[in-house]
Amino acid sequence: MLTLSSAQRDAILATCIRALPNEGCGLLLGAADGVVREVVPSRNVADSAKVYEIDPGVLLRAYRRADEEGIDVLGVFHSHTHSEAYPSPTDVRQAPDPSWHYVIVSLRDTPAELLSYRVVDEVVSPEPVKFLN
Amino acid sequence: MAAVLRIPTVLRPAMGGESVIAVEGSTVGEVLLKLTTTYPAIKGQLLNDDGTLHRFLNVYVNDDDVRYLGGVEASIANNDEITLLPAVAGGVW
Repeated sequence: MLTLSSAQRDAILATCIRALPNEGCGLLLGAADGVVREVVPSRNVADSAKVYEIDPGVLLRAYRRADEEGIDVLGVFHSHTHSEAYPSPTDVRQAPDPSWHYVIVSLRDTPAELLSYRVVDEVVSPEPVKFLN
Repeated sequence: MAAVLRIPTVLRPAMGGESVIAVEGSTVGEVLLKLTTTYPAIKGQLLNDDGTLHRFLNVYVNDDDVRYLGGVEASIANNDEITLLPAVAGGVW
């Protein structure tokens, strides 16, 4: 299960909306139990409405900060601008870390939909997302 | 030259489970080539067949992305910190 505060959910949605018409993306830092401590927005260096890539500099700094604070990089979020909040075949192939939470925001409909998945050996499993006030 | 290599969680299972190891080499290419010899399972994630950096691997020496330092030719000094960061990417292509 992934646990997000309302403010963190809003930060994820805001990052995705600001990135339009491109896909938005960022990282999730937190404890191994899936409680997110920090949302780290990233520039989409793929600069595309169909693909995303986290800025490697953001990734480097996120890993370093996580190490310093004794937490982990828990996962990644990105948006689908015109499709459902489900991992595409490319998302699955590019999701090599079985310990990560893969959050996808669909901006196709209003309100936006935020769902989270685990991807293990290219098998996608939805997971619950708990929102705290 | 002896440097420190930081290994991301995703590569640790194929690299003995370590998060940080000591490595030897005068260039990034030398270090990566030695790693592929020691850990053949990760070869396809580090280098292309022609010896260039894999498209989805970012390598940092200290704070610098080696793509701006000559790629695999980037030099390593004593006590440098090398970080391997597989790209975090996806999409509908």
